[in-house]
Amino acid sequence: MPTSRLDGGGLRLAYDRRVVADGLTVAVPDRSFTVIIGPNACGKSTLLRALSRLLKPAAGSVLLDGEDIHRRPARVVARTLGLLPQSPITPDGIGVADLVARGRYPHQGLLRQWSRDDERIVAESMAATGVADLADRRVDELSGGQRQRVWLAMALAQQTPLLLLDEPTTYLDIAHQIEVLDLCARLHEEQGRTLVAVLHDLNHAARYATHLIAMRGGQVVAAGEPRQIVTADLVEEVFGLPCRVIADPETGTPLVVPAARARAGTVTR
Amino acid sequence: MIVIRTPGRLSLRLHPRALAVGLACGLLTLAVGVLAVGHGDYPMTPADVLRTLTGGGSAAEEFIVTQLRLPRLVTGLAVGAALGLAGAVFQSLVGNPLGSPDILGFTQGAATGALVVVVLGGSSAALAGAAALGGITTGLLIYLVAWRRGVHGYRLVLVGIGMSAILTGVNGYLLTRAPLMEAARAMLWLTGSLDGRGWSNAAPLLAALVVAVPVLLACGPALRMTELGDDAATGLGVNVHRLRMVLLAAAVLLVALSAAAAGPVSFVALTAPHLARRLTRAPGTNLLPAAISGALLTVTADQVAVRAFPAQLPVGVVTGVIGGGYLVWLLATERRAGRL
Amino acid sequence: MRASGLAAAALALLAVAVLSIAVGAKPVPLSEVWHALLDRDAAEYAVVRQMRLPRTLLGLLAGTALGVAGAAMQALTRNPLADPGLLGINAGAAAAIATAALLFGVGGGTGQVWFALLGAAVVTVGVYAVGGGRSATPARLALAGAALNAALYSYVSAVMLLDSAGLERLRFWTVGSLASADTDTVRQVLPFIAVGLLVALAAARPLNALALGEDTAQALGARPALIRVVVIAAITLLCGAATAACGPIVFVGLIVPHLVRALTGPDLRWLLPYCGLLAPMLLLGSDVLGRVLGRPGELQVGIVTAVLGGPLFLWLVTRTTARP
Repeated sequence: MPTSRLDGGGLRLAYDRRVVADGLTVAVPDRSFTVIIGPNACGKSTLLRALSRLLKPAAGSVLLDGEDIHRRPARVVARTLGLLPQSPITPDGIGVADLVARGRYPHQGLLRQWSRDDERIVAESMAATGVADLADRRVDELSGGQRQRVWLAMALAQQTPLLLLDEPTTYLDIAHQIEVLDLCARLHEEQGRTLVAVLHDLNHAARYATHLIAMRGGQVVAAGEPRQIVTADLVEEVFGLPCRVIADPETGTPLVVPAARARAGTVTR
Repeated sequence: MIVIRTPGRLSLRLHPRALAVGLACGLLTLAVGVLAVGHGDYPMTPADVLRTLTGGGSAAEEFIVTQLRLPRLVTGLAVGAALGLAGAVFQSLVGNPLGSPDILGFTQGAATGALVVVVLGGSSAALAGAAALGGITTGLLIYLVAWRRGVHGYRLVLVGIGMSAILTGVNGYLLTRAPLMEAARAMLWLTGSLDGRGWSNAAPLLAALVVAVPVLLACGPALRMTELGDDAATGLGVNVHRLRMVLLAAAVLLVALSAAAAGPVSFVALTAPHLARRLTRAPGTNLLPAAISGALLTVTADQVAVRAFPAQLPVGVVTGVIGGGYLVWLLATERRAGRL
Repeated sequence: MRASGLAAAALALLAVAVLSIAVGAKPVPLSEVWHALLDRDAAEYAVVRQMRLPRTLLGLLAGTALGVAGAAMQALTRNPLADPGLLGINAGAAAAIATAALLFGVGGGTGQVWFALLGAAVVTVGVYAVGGGRSATPARLALAGAALNAALYSYVSAVMLLDSAGLERLRFWTVGSLASADTDTVRQVLPFIAVGLLVALAAARPLNALALGEDTAQALGARPALIRVVVIAAITLLCGAATAACGPIVFVGLIVPHLVRALTGPDLRWLLPYCGLLAPMLLLGSDVLGRVLGRPGELQVGIVTAVLGGPLFLWLVTRTTARP
């Protein structure tokens, strides 16, 4: 069993009285690229919200380095665990470099507003995500893909060993989706960070994840390495979708191909 | 951007434009202040004023300046600064350029408190105390009604608007209950006036500023993070709910006590942060510039009210006209920019 | 089912109207109301004919106007928080009336109604320009309206400050009251409100189409631009006339359509008539309540609706924005 700095046990997750998940237990293996998948309203984003302390569990607790994440000072947590929310707000007229620089907030203080480290790390983060050329542009002028990379740069500038991403590819076209996921994979491999992402596309998840968590109805149905757990039976169980699973011709990872619609003349069940 | 670093690990970030604009506005405010102190039945030149302020005036001048005119000026400065700060805080809390305490019911609450005293018949001190109490109580009520696992901007807006409508009704009723003379006095108070303000009017507000300004400035960086949305701010290590509570408490205190000092001077809280943003051209919340431009706006408006009209008008009429005009313009442009 | 509900609402309204004639500083026993209305020799004839009847009629007219205007406005802006009072339309009428009183000495009469219409028209168009567009969320529109409200009220109070005779009159009027109603007031506003009501009811079907969005409405064969102009004109007539007669009254136009929608669903062909019957019931009921609670004087109806409607509004807000 690999070690885990971030895990949750006996979680009951609820918005007001509406319980989304109960008795949920998850662990994020260190140095993994963990992807959470599942059908709409299965509680995957809710789980990510709980792991990133945006949602306080009604029961159970999320542990960061073995300590309840809600008991630790917010800034201390923010130096270990970074977050890219689903729909962050871009302030009017903010510049790219300025937005990325905000990622340094948990490392700054009233008398330590902009150290040389801050400057270096912001430059490095922009270089890593390929937005260094855009540094002087305004964020609201950028394309969707560029904007998402700027936000990723902000999350990187936070310099946390753990980074949580809530549906980082939503609203992007297919090319930009792959661009962002490639970037995530590179950050994971080259910088050794632990990434946790919620993704909609099962094939993307199977290709990029090193650890997959499949959820349905607020429960974890399966967790493990995609090659081991992604089977036609699992997809049918989680999504209710009849399919075949073949090897991705590019990467050899599992590729889910939905079964063809039953036509007149073919045998129907 | 200029960065000052010490050999140790300290570093300060300064924006030259914001700094220059802040200094210029500060100087301009002082200049208007000197002119204001010089104006009156016993006119004094700016040189006379400065001489008297530094201790070189005659006994009569000394009395006129320190006991009659300076208190009014200081009250105006304090009220303007407090409203500018509170306005910047509210706009940021609510996430909307229109989120000002005039609109969200806090001012109406202070007015209710004051009107109760007018109807029951009480001293000016009681009136000021009741205004402060009314403002703070309303703030508390709005907070309690809007609270749901923390206070979110849009709930604060809607609850504030509802509360404001209720209190406007109550205020109208109280106004009809007062005898005509008292009603006229109440109307004057409701408009916001600096007329005849003494040191005792300014003192509580000054004390509140001494407490609130450092707290708010310390919250400034965290407040800027909340512009990215609650989730992103939490991810960056901001305790958003606690931050909101502290900010709201400080802002309500400032609004309530400035209403106690000069009545609800309208629209300074709405206009000052915008003025500051336009002058500094810095996006987001800028607390200190908002405070300075609030002070400048209030004392200038007071001078206009005193000098430009045959009959002395209360300062609130001038700020109301400026603010109302600005508001219409803002609505039009914000709509065009799709931000509304 | 919905038709019989409408009949029941009409009966209930009639009952409230009778109550409104009966209750006051000089109470008329319920059994005597009919008698007092018609018999010249009845002891209460003068009181009833000169004060209670016009007051009741005005309450009916103004209530209907505000309720229908509120429902039409919510449909037009597709915004559940639209209310002629909250969005500053009534305040616009108030500001115009205050200006007229100050500059031209217009006080009361048809002149006042025309000024009120002017003020209401300006603000309605303005609010629609701000809030009718694609991007405005309910909270933002409400905020824009509240800001306008604040600006207009600060203007009205500045005017009152300049003109103490105006203060004496306007301070009662700005609260929103039916107390000063006489037969002339009713006669002055009746034509405006009648036309406004007819136009609004006629626009119910096209408004239904518009509720599905501009593009869909066009696809269904409606003409969005025309509907907008017509409905805005109706709202202006209704709000302007109601405000001219009894001052700015909030929440009636907001709360009633919400309650009614629970009964009838969103179909405006039912919603508008129901609002037309239930809103005056609320207004007259509040007025009666104000007369009972305020004894020996009275509480102005605007205060009662604000204090009754405000918490309802808050409840609505806290309920509908439950999701984080």
